[in-house]
Amino acid sequence: MSSSPAARSKAGAASRSTAGVVTWLDERLGIGALTKKQLRKVFPDHWSFMLGEIALWSFVILLLTGTFLSFWFKPSMAEVEYMGSYANLRGLHMSEAYASTLDLSFDVRGGLLMRQMHHWSANLFLASMTIHMLRVFFTGAFRKPRELNWMIGLALLMLGIIEGFAGYSLPDDLLSGTGLRIAQGLMLSIPVVGSYISFFVFGGEFPGDDFIPRLYTVHVLLVPGILLALITAHMLLLVYHKHTQFPGPGRTNNNVVGFPLMPVYMAKAGGFFFIVFGVTALMGGLLQINPIWMYGPYNPAEVTAGSQPDWYMGWLEGGLRIMPNWETNLWGYTLSWNVLIPGVLLLGVLFALLAFYPFIERWITGDDREHHLLERPRNAPTRTAFGVAGMTAYALLWIAGGNDILAYEFGLSLNAITYVMRVAIFVVPVLAFIITRRWCLSLQRHDREVVLHGYETGVIVRSPDGSYAEIHRPINPVRAYELTMHEQHTPVELPAAHDANGVPAPAQGKERLRSRLSHFWYADDVSKPTKEELEAAAHHATNGSHALEDGHGPASGNGAHLGIETSGIVGGQDFGLEQKPKAP
Amino acid sequence: MSDDGQHDSPGAGSNGAGDNSLLPIGPQEPLDNPGVPDHQPRPTDVDPALERRAERQVAAMFVVAAVMALAFCVVYFLYDPHPETGETALGVGASNLALGVTLGLSLLLIGLGAIQWARKLMADHEMIEYRHSAASTVEDRQEAIAAFQAGSEESGLGRRKLIRNSMLASMAMLGLPAVVLLRDLGPLPGVKLEQTVWRRGMRVVSDVSGRPIRPSEVPIGQLVNAEPAVFFEHAEEFEGNELLNEKAKAAVIVVRMPPEEITPYPSRKDWDVEGILCYSKICPHVGCPISLYEQQTHNVLCPCHQSTFDLANNGVVLFGPASRNLPQLPLGVDGEGYLIAMSGFQEPVGASFWERG
Repeated sequence: MSSSPAARSKAGAASRSTAGVVTWLDERLGIGALTKKQLRKVFPDHWSFMLGEIALWSFVILLLTGTFLSFWFKPSMAEVEYMGSYANLRGLHMSEAYASTLDLSFDVRGGLLMRQMHHWSANLFLASMTIHMLRVFFTGAFRKPRELNWMIGLALLMLGIIEGFAGYSLPDDLLSGTGLRIAQGLMLSIPVVGSYISFFVFGGEFPGDDFIPRLYTVHVLLVPGILLALITAHMLLLVYHKHTQFPGPGRTNNNVVGFPLMPVYMAKAGGFFFIVFGVTALMGGLLQINPIWMYGPYNPAEVTAGSQPDWYMGWLEGGLRIMPNWETNLWGYTLSWNVLIPGVLLLGVLFALLAFYPFIERWITGDDREHHLLERPRNAPTRTAFGVAGMTAYALLWIAGGNDILAYEFGLSLNAITYVMRVAIFVVPVLAFIITRRWCLSLQRHDREVVLHGYETGVIVRSPDGSYAEIHRPINPVRAYELTMHEQHTPVELPAAHDANGVPAPAQGKERLRSRLSHFWYADDVSKPTKEELEAAAHHATNGSHALEDGHGPASGNGAHLGIETSGIVGGQDFGLEQKPKAP
Repeated sequence: MSDDGQHDSPGAGSNGAGDNSLLPIGPQEPLDNPGVPDHQPRPTDVDPALERRAERQVAAMFVVAAVMALAFCVVYFLYDPHPETGETALGVGASNLALGVTLGLSLLLIGLGAIQWARKLMADHEMIEYRHSAASTVEDRQEAIAAFQAGSEESGLGRRKLIRNSMLASMAMLGLPAVVLLRDLGPLPGVKLEQTVWRRGMRVVSDVSGRPIRPSEVPIGQLVNAEPAVFFEHAEEFEGNELLNEKAKAAVIVVRMPPEEITPYPSRKDWDVEGILCYSKICPHVGCPISLYEQQTHNVLCPCHQSTFDLANNGVVLFGPASRNLPQLPLGVDGEGYLIAMSGFQEPVGASFWERG
C-alpha cells in the first residue's frame, strides 16, 4: 500500500524480522513444512459453520471460568454452620460445598459473575453442540469420510450432558440435590446391580458424604480431560478432511472455495472467540442464573414445586414423567420399567441410533463415495424427514418434562397433558416424518419448475383477448446452476431375477430389504431438469408463440419463458420489470 | 486467483470448475459450471475515504475495549458484592452488574473490531484449494500393510499362538484388578435400603421443632411434615450426613381427615388415630419428597414427576409413573397422649430396586 521509501524499508525490516523468528523456530521445531501448508489454508464461509465454533469457544470459556471457581469452591459434604454474608441462611447447617458456593457468590468480588458465566456458557456449549449436530445431520456432512468425526462429535455431546449435570449438582443446594436423588433412583432401577452401583457411587447410603468430592474429580479432571482430547481429535480431522462446503458456482466436490486462515479466519474466528466471551460476560452480568441462595441447602425431606433440571436434561425428565407405571416382579426380584426405560435405556438408544446412522444410510443407499459438498435438506427428503421426526420426539419429551408448568400456566389438566403426551410421542413424529418428506419433495418440484420456467413475478397481465396470465421471469444462471448441480439419487436395484440361462436367481433377503429401503429412500425424488429439457424450455421460450398467446393453463406454466436468463430480455419482450432477477 | 503452489492441478482453471476426479457424478450435469463469480470490490476497496473510516472504526472499538478493561478494574475496587451492605443498581447488586457489563463490552468490542477489520479491510479474494481423497495412495497403503505384515511376521504373533493367547489372557485378567480396586468405593447395600429408624413406640415429631404431636393439635385437612423423635432425642448420633441418610428414608407426612372418609384395607383398620394417618414422604418412583397435598380429594402429589397417591385409600397410586403405593406407618398414642409409630414401615420406602421384590 505505502509507496514512500521510508515505509518500504520499514516493511522490509518487518519481513526480515518475521523471517528471523520463523527461522529460529524452524531450526528447533521444523515447523516450516506444516506452516507452509496450513497458514493459508482455505475455509469456506457460511453462517451455519459458526455453530461448532460457538461450542469450541464456550468450552474455552468454561475452562477459564471453571479454573477461577475451583480456587474457592470446597468440594466437601462436611457439615458447617453458615456464618457468611447472606443473612437469610445465617446459622443454618449445610455442606461446605454449599457454603463455599455462597461465599463465592457474595464475598469474592467477581465470583458471582464467574459462576453465572460458567453456568451460561455450559448452557451455550450444549445448545451450540446440539444445533451444530443438527446442521451436520441435515446437510449430510456426516457422510464418508467424516463418519468417525460424527461419532466423536456425538461422544462430545454425550459427555457434555454428563459434565453439565455434574456441574450443576456440585453446589449441593436443594434443587441440585433433588436432581441427584432422581439420579440415584435411576441407578437403583438397573437390574441386578442397581443397589450396588448406588452404594459404590455414593459411598454408602444416599446422600452420604463421599459423593460431592467424587463428582468434583469427575467434573474438573476426568470428563474435561476426555473432552479436551476428543475436541483436539475433532479439530485435527476437520483440518485433515478440509471443511465441507455448500454447492455453488466453482464449488465442487474436489475443491474448497473460501478465505485463507491467515489473515481472514484468524481475525474472524479469533474475533468470534471474543464475541462469544463478551456475550457470555454480559449474560453473566445481566441475567441471573441458578441463584442457589434462594433454594437453600439440600435436605432429602424437602423439595420445591416446579423443580426443573437444566434444559438439556429436560427430555429425559419428560420421559420419566410420561412413562406408564410398569413394574415387573419375578421370583422376588423387581424390574422397574417405569424408571429403567426412560431413565437409562432412552439415552442409550438415542445415542446408538445417532452413532450408527451414517452407516445405516450408507448401507441403504449403497453410496461408498467421498462427499465434501453439502446437500440441501430438501434433496435428501427421507434423511430430512427422519431428522425432523427425531427433533419432534425430542421436543415432545422436552414439553412433557414441563407438564406441571404447562398445566399451571395454561390452566390445563396435568393428567390430560400426560395422557396426550403418551400417545403423541408415538404419533406426532410419524406425522412429522410424512409431512417433512412430502414438503421436501414439493420443494424439489418447485426448484425444477423455477429452473425450467422462471420465477413468478406476481405481475398479472391481460392479453387483448381478455385472458390473464402471470409473468414468469428467468432466474440468473448462477442460481440455476445451484439448483441443478445436486446429485440425482437412484435407488439400489436388485440383480436380475433370472440368470443368463433363465434360471431364477433368488435375491437374498438382505439384498431385497436393502433394495426396498433404497427405493423408499430415493424413488420419490423429483428428477432435476436434463440438458434436453432445458433446451426444450429455451426453444419454447424463444421460438414458441409469446407467453401471453400460447394459451396454456397455469399448471403447464402459463407465460413460461426459458427459466434461465440468457441476455437482458427474454422472449423478445421486456415488460419493463427492472428489478434484478432474484432467487425465488 | 491466488495459488499457493500446493495445488496438484493448477491447470484445472482459475474458476475452480475443475474436473470431478474425486467424485464422478453420474451423467452429465445439465448446466455447465459457471465458475467462482468474479471478485466484486467493496466500497472500502475503491473509496479511500471509506477505507480510512473503516480503519478508524476498528481502532475506535479497540480503544473503547481497552477503556472498558480499565473500567472493570475500577468497579472491582469500587463496589462491594456483600448482599446487604453492597451497592445496588437497577435493583440488583452493582458489583456483579458493573463487572459483567465492563468485561462483556471489552471482550465484545475486541471481537467486533477484529471482524470489522476482516470484513472491510483485509483482502477478500476467494481462494481455491484442491481436495485430496482422505485415503492415502494405493502404494502407500500397500506399503503400510506390508510393513505391518513384516512386523507381525517378525514377532511371530500369528505363528506363536501360545504366546499370543497367553498374553491376551494376562491382559484380560488385568481388568479384574481394575474392577476389584473399586470395591471399597462403598459398603454393600445389605438391608439398608429396606430399613428405616422407625420402631414400635417411637414418637412422631414435627420436622422443624422436634416437638411431639398430640392428636388434638392436628386439625382436619392439615398436613404435618414429621420425623422420628430419635433424630432430636439422640441428636449426637444423627449428625451431618448420618442425619441426611436416615432422613432420606424416614421422613413422613401426617394428615388428618374425617374418619368416615378413610377406606383402609382390613389389615390397616387400626392404623389411624381418630382419622390421623401417617405415610412415607419419599416417593416410591425415584425418591423425591412428595409434598403437594390437596385437602378435598386427600390426594398427595410428587412435585418431581407428578405421581399422585390417595391418602384416604391406603396411599394407592392414582396417576403418574410410580408403580407402588405410598408406604404407610401405623399410628398409635403413647401414655402421655402423643402420636407414636406402632411399628416400623412394613415395606421398603423410596425408589424400587432389584432385590426389593
